[in-house]
Amino acid sequence: MDTGTVMVKRGLAEMLKGGVIMDVTTPEQAKIAEEAGAVAVMALERVPADIRAQGGVARMSDPEIIIRIMDAVTIPVMAKARIGHFVEAQILEALEIDYIDESEVLTPADEHYHINKHLFKVPYVCGARNLGEALRRIGEGAAMIRTKGEAGTGDVVEAVRHIRTVNDEIRRVVNAPTDELMSIAKELGAPYELVVEVKEKGRLPVVNFAAGGIATPADAALMMQLGCDGIFVGSGIFKSDNPAARAKAIVEATAHYQDAKLLAEVSKGIGIAMRGIHVGAMKEEEKIAGRGW
Amino acid sequence: MKIGVLALQGAVREHCNSLRACGVEPVEVQYMFQLSEIGGLIIPGGESTTVGKLLVRHKMLEVLTDMGRDGFPIFGTCTGLILLAKEISGSQQPRLNLMDITVERNAFGRQIASFERDLAIPEIGEADFHAIFIRAPYIVKVGAGVRVLAKIDDKILLVRQQNLLAAAFHPELTTDLRIHQYFIRICADRP
Repeated sequence: MDTGTVMVKRGLAEMLKGGVIMDVTTPEQAKIAEEAGAVAVMALERVPADIRAQGGVARMSDPEIIIRIMDAVTIPVMAKARIGHFVEAQILEALEIDYIDESEVLTPADEHYHINKHLFKVPYVCGARNLGEALRRIGEGAAMIRTKGEAGTGDVVEAVRHIRTVNDEIRRVVNAPTDELMSIAKELGAPYELVVEVKEKGRLPVVNFAAGGIATPADAALMMQLGCDGIFVGSGIFKSDNPAARAKAIVEATAHYQDAKLLAEVSKGIGIAMRGIHVGAMKEEEKIAGRGW
Repeated sequence: MKIGVLALQGAVREHCNSLRACGVEPVEVQYMFQLSEIGGLIIPGGESTTVGKLLVRHKMLEVLTDMGRDGFPIFGTCTGLILLAKEISGSQQPRLNLMDITVERNAFGRQIASFERDLAIPEIGEADFHAIFIRAPYIVKVGAGVRVLAKIDDKILLVRQQNLLAAAFHPELTTDLRIHQYFIRICADRP
């Protein structure tokens, strides 16, 4: 009997496809998310919008909060560790968290190296802005990718930019003759074997969710129509004025992302979305998607 | 004959690929009207509470229950097994309420306990089946009409009750097509 294999790590992400993973900070929020139909929750001390507003160093959440959330729901529970902070990750594994997010939303602990994710039995999800970054993370052992977007803004523009970039680069790899793949791997800064795998499969070797700025059912369906496998919603639910209704609507929109009539129906009367921040007006140093390498 | 894969959430693509590899055309089923086009339905792995809620919201739960009672073949993997069960330990979540089995969710533990191992399934052939278990359920009790096709110790992992087939693991994540072929035969043999 083998545990912690690549197959079971990537397999859990396969089972989450077509679903919504919601950021929660309390057991009560976790129950609202589960009741709305979330496929998993991300246990946090503060949602990204609050991390952004309050500043300071953002670290792994208090294990007490994580445990209370794990006890409150039956769906998988994820939690974030700082980029490169493998001890925070060891602690999360000791808590038997279902998935670790090595996340740029927290303050990076290492400016050069990400965690060697192969060393863990618990699977990892990591952020990426382009194909090279996604394949580097997979090379380090990530079993799931999420496009980064710009967390805590409620502005979907960066999430769109990142998935379009990944899609563009995948098309380039797929269309390239095999003898050009090594040079493409060099340009992307990606492991050659993974570039070959992308060409063979015509997609990323692991499941890819959208994240960072999704605030409405239409945003979720947009990301699904652009080819994402599922949706992370961070601040978008519990920073809106009717979290339960919005959460349920985003779940429906993600499941039926091609059905405009249904999207119109579920978008009705769910209250006001989070106010948000226009990414185009932000200074470069205020963006967090640039964290990670 | 076409076979449907319930496409509300979960490992839809993998089941469609397995069906294609068996030479059967898959239909991704999202709406009630599609149920009349298919000779059987696979309920894939996913999150059972999510899929159950979506079935209720789209009023498909009762329709599928009626169809299953009338002999329509349904094959559930993991989440699908949970949804086919009459009893789910400690849970009132929505279900199809079709098979005389009692299921324990996440019975092996959290993700860190997810595993793969070879499983003897004499019903589909002599060679072991490489089975992948992800936050898997198992069956703790079966009724009189339920045939147990695979188990580890007293944990029941693959069962058949006439037109209904349920696995606690994920044959769609492997290239071994024997369980899919077995289900296709159930669909083809339906009078």
